[in-house]
Amino acid sequence: MSETTLTSAADAASPARPRLAGRGALIGGIVLLALFAVLPPAATAMGDPFLVVTATRIVIFAIAALSLDLVLGYGAMVSFGHAAFLGFGAYAVVILAAAGIDDLLLQSLAAIAGSALFALVTGAISLRTKGVYFIMITLAFGQMAYFFFVSLSAFGGDDGRTLQHRSTLFGAPLIENDVTFYYIALAVLAAAFVLLRTVVASRFGRVLRGTRDNRVRMQAIGFAPFGYQLTAYVIAGALCGLAGVLLANQTEFVSPAFMTWQRSGELIVMVVLGGMGTLTGAIAGAVGFLVLEEVLSGLTEHWHIVFGAIIVLLVLYTRGGIAGLFSRLFGGRA
Amino acid sequence: MSALLSIRDLRKSYGALKVTDGISLDVPAGELHAIIGPNGAGKTTFIHQLSGSLKSDSGAVHFDGADITRLSMVARVKRGLARSFQITSILDGFSVLENVATAVQARSGSSFRFLTPAASETALNAEAMEALARVNLADRAHRQAGTLSHGEKRQLEIAIALATGAKMLLLDEPLAGTGHEEGAILIDLMRQLKSTHTIMLIEHDMEAVFALADRVSVLVYGKLIATGDPAAVRADPAVRAAYLGEDA
Repeated sequence: MSETTLTSAADAASPARPRLAGRGALIGGIVLLALFAVLPPAATAMGDPFLVVTATRIVIFAIAALSLDLVLGYGAMVSFGHAAFLGFGAYAVVILAAAGIDDLLLQSLAAIAGSALFALVTGAISLRTKGVYFIMITLAFGQMAYFFFVSLSAFGGDDGRTLQHRSTLFGAPLIENDVTFYYIALAVLAAAFVLLRTVVASRFGRVLRGTRDNRVRMQAIGFAPFGYQLTAYVIAGALCGLAGVLLANQTEFVSPAFMTWQRSGELIVMVVLGGMGTLTGAIAGAVGFLVLEEVLSGLTEHWHIVFGAIIVLLVLYTRGGIAGLFSRLFGGRA
Repeated sequence: MSALLSIRDLRKSYGALKVTDGISLDVPAGELHAIIGPNGAGKTTFIHQLSGSLKSDSGAVHFDGADITRLSMVARVKRGLARSFQITSILDGFSVLENVATAVQARSGSSFRFLTPAASETALNAEAMEALARVNLADRAHRQAGTLSHGEKRQLEIAIALATGAKMLLLDEPLAGTGHEEGAILIDLMRQLKSTHTIMLIEHDMEAVFALADRVSVLVYGKLIATGDPAAVRADPAVRAAYLGEDA
């Protein structure tokens, strides 16, 4: 008995590999990011430079999906208003640009601060509810933000506004070049991936995951979930705001349509499709969703019907989403 | 008056049904106090009220010199009153070690730390291993908790309660659903815990109760009808009529 204890204690002293940050997930994520990294030269080789523009959009939505996954997949909070943060980020660009501030970093800071504040206030109220009420109240806050920007006639109201030019970086129009912009977005995605992997494996992430799995158990050992869930909500909101800054620059146009509840729904579909609670899955989900949309809408006008059917099949037959499918095919947890 | 846990006229009703009907009880430090009673006597409701997961209608609970009547479950745990659950409540997806380390983490500094991996915090893991060793689960530390046998899950549940740093454990039917051998391991475990912890044990298994308890209280329809040492309670005619007679 004492011998078992000794060897096990030695075991404990060596860092136990966190299951959620397992090797499979890391490899999957790195492979995805590596594929993204070689895409521009590949697109040029294939004579289809427009591919980079589409890929930029995918990368940006992958960042948004990653942020939602922290809330939905790790925090078990079904937020139906997440697109609001995309809108805040996008409007940070157009509003600051109108005030003569074109710098991407300053706009990003403003977007992060604004989104975090909105997340803090609405999250603190929403987290007083649970289950379907949480869904409803986050939806309501999302719609409030949407209608606020619809009524903002100085910035085009319902019609939105076209950007004069993309944001500047270090005073230069660096991101006017599509490939440079693509790599900047990709760098943000990679950084977000690494950051969130770190966060979910941390003490904070452990409390968040434990609360998702068994809230009462966590309370019974002395954790009050509210503060942890709210913090996750704020981190996710801030990150999604940053995605909004990039999205505005990608489309060079900003409108309230960025933050409709349908858009929030699409983000949820991306996360569920990819596999909730796996960061690699969130990226894979964004890729799967947008590629499918792109391919199908090129084939037929009635692509939504086919799209819906494919989503139903994927959700039914790939428990755990794309990430779950991969982990069953190749072993280990994706 | 040095009771660690002191309960005064505690009440809880659901409509006309008085589930807890004026319970008063003192549990001194170091005692293993068993609560027995037939099904539906209100034992689990009583534990819920003590642990803070259920609000009492009236009455008072003092623990370690402080009035905890209106404190939340989280606040009571922080004061050293921890519970286990009748229906196993563990984090199935976590490793056995991480289940316990999470409980250690709850009382070891801030959990608003974002950048270092919790699983490699050696201080947390070492304390968790101690708790696991106490319940004889050290060799299961790296298994996923959901894959343990039922008896092992019951042991893990106790390790988690220990790891909160509790002075007193509220154990809600720790033997529920266990076979004879698993039960024997748990009874042996509780006998060892007696030396370091004050324990309130809710249990159906009479053999276990009379083997372990310093004192026994009998709960019938929300009232304590007898409290005393096991032999006296066993001999009490009211108890025999209400409970033991039916069972034995």
